[in-house]
Amino acid sequence: MSIFVNNKTRLLVQGITGREGGFHAEQCLTYGTNVVAGVTPGKGGHIVAGKIPVFESVHQAVNETGANVSLIFVPAPFAQDAMLEAVDAGIELIICIAEGVPILDSAKTLNFISKQGARLLGPNCPGIISPAERCKVGIMPGYIHLPGTVGVVSRSGTLSYEAVSQLTALDIGQSTCVGIGGDPLIGTDFVDVLKLFNQDPETELIVLIGEIGGNMEQDAARYIKEYVTKPVAAFIAGATAPTGKRMGHAGAIITGSDGTAAEKKSALETAGVVIIPSPGEIGITVKNMID
Amino acid sequence: MRFSARGNVIKIHEYQAKELMSRYGIQIPEGDTASDPEQTALLISHLGPPTIVKAQIHAGGRGIGGGIKFANSPEEGRGIAEGLIGSHLITNQTGAQGAIVHKLLVEKTVAIKREMYLACVIDRSSQGPLLIVSPTGGMDIEKIAATQPEKILRVPIDLGAGFQPYQSRNICRFLNLDPKFIRAIFDLMTSVCGLFIENDCSLVEINPLVLDERDCLIALDAKIDFDDDALFRHMRLSNFRDASQQEELERQATEAGVAYVKLDGTVGCLVNGAGLAMATMDLAHGVGAEPANFLDVGGSATIEKIAAAVKIMLSDTNVTIILVNIFGGILRCDILAEGIVKAFRDIGSTLPLVVRMSGTNVEAGTRILFESKLDVSFASTLRELEGILSAKYA
Repeated sequence: MSIFVNNKTRLLVQGITGREGGFHAEQCLTYGTNVVAGVTPGKGGHIVAGKIPVFESVHQAVNETGANVSLIFVPAPFAQDAMLEAVDAGIELIICIAEGVPILDSAKTLNFISKQGARLLGPNCPGIISPAERCKVGIMPGYIHLPGTVGVVSRSGTLSYEAVSQLTALDIGQSTCVGIGGDPLIGTDFVDVLKLFNQDPETELIVLIGEIGGNMEQDAARYIKEYVTKPVAAFIAGATAPTGKRMGHAGAIITGSDGTAAEKKSALETAGVVIIPSPGEIGITVKNMID
Repeated sequence: MRFSARGNVIKIHEYQAKELMSRYGIQIPEGDTASDPEQTALLISHLGPPTIVKAQIHAGGRGIGGGIKFANSPEEGRGIAEGLIGSHLITNQTGAQGAIVHKLLVEKTVAIKREMYLACVIDRSSQGPLLIVSPTGGMDIEKIAATQPEKILRVPIDLGAGFQPYQSRNICRFLNLDPKFIRAIFDLMTSVCGLFIENDCSLVEINPLVLDERDCLIALDAKIDFDDDALFRHMRLSNFRDASQQEELERQATEAGVAYVKLDGTVGCLVNGAGLAMATMDLAHGVGAEPANFLDVGGSATIEKIAAAVKIMLSDTNVTIILVNIFGGILRCDILAEGIVKAFRDIGSTLPLVVRMSGTNVEAGTRILFESKLDVSFASTLRELEGILSAKYA
């Protein structure tokens, strides 16, 4: 088992005829993901990667192929339209890769999505991968992953790749790796993912990778303390970041005292989470916890 | 993942923020801008003293920094303007180099009965706009939040329904204002929300919001920030741009399309991905070496973009060593290496590099750096990188 996606996932790629969309649709397909359709308005009838049919609209794609998950590659200014189209067509899980979606677009989209009972991952996220299910829905490099029992959840893409490679190098596999995204408003947060990892029989240990800005890590700490029965290790990036400056990610900015790395680490530590002291020690810390 | 170059950042001055507020029917003090001492004196005689003269820079802390002064006559105003215009004003938010003053905002003083606080921001937990109101005006709201949280009211705004009359009644009660102000508060809050949403703002702040002797609500000071990601649909806001107010290296980085923040340390950090970039800075700090910058080159970088990023780091005179940490995916390590070599050759730098690359085309990238004759130490993992840096700083 895995969380969010599995070998039954029927993936639709929105923006599939663009440079990034086409490249990554093919990468997902090569990894083993069941990519059933693509959508680009104006390009209906095309075929991508020799076998993926392209449709004019998400409604058409869903009707023809039974797609239930959508991976969105359209540029940020058009992401709101793409996300709302996917929700309207009944897609259950929407994954938005684009960085730079206007924050009010995200706010309006999230409002609509929660009313419809769908789930959004992102925006500004690398997506999700489950190695044992051979299901990759995102832009992460597939080859660094190994099937196993560690669940990884992260606000940062490259830092989660770093964590996964350290785990794989020590022969520690992953159940599912979820990138929730670096924006201030996102559809799925740490608590949503922790809840599923806690219930997932395949997941035995959880690695949480947070960063400065907001108080999502503190919410996670409260949830872990109360409900999570599995061991959790956490790394928080940005201890050296100054107040009031945006560190790349729109969400990575310290505004109040809650946003600092020190506050987040102390909240997690209080909840019994093992704090990983340095980004080079993610793998070894988990190994020590297992041994 | 970014599909286009990062690039647009707009910050605006107080007088521009007030201009925008005024268009939304928010009352501002009577006044205008002046660019030289003569204009300042003329403006003061036109407005009639007493007046207040405010230096226009993209930073707060102007009052304590000497950028806000009272002028009781045109002559006094002329003297103030002579001292301020063309000078670099240093405040607790500008850094040691200060910010250059080109314009002054001259306003008629307001007879203040009460000072309050009002702001609109995006709230992560309610996932929409949030009004923040406090009966304590003119102070740092972060401090009030920390020491007197009961003096702050948070009012979430529904993006569909907008600001509601009951919220106005609640705000009036909280601010201890007479019920006769319910309508005025409703109009003001509706204006602030409209301004915030229609212009894709990230902050609208009125601090202080004052009640004057005629019982008018006036925005005595004003600050507006925009969501950089939405600027594509507000092209006219680019008229507000003032390049003289931006840190030079950060301005170059904006132009090159890389995310860069200058810091005070000596280790130049070149990384792909914001999280990995922060983690790399933390790693340097962990071995007693302070980072000189945050720099994320992004996913699909070209040789030219990498070279521009490296040159920006190298032109920071505090930098004594360059730390490179790349997890190559879409970004190819050979492209990265060529960009680094190009920048070092163009500038003629001999600074040492510590390089950790992994992923796509790592062998080719390593060969390019190895054959370049630059002073490069190679690490294959983050722990090795930590070890090398630690040895250099021991």
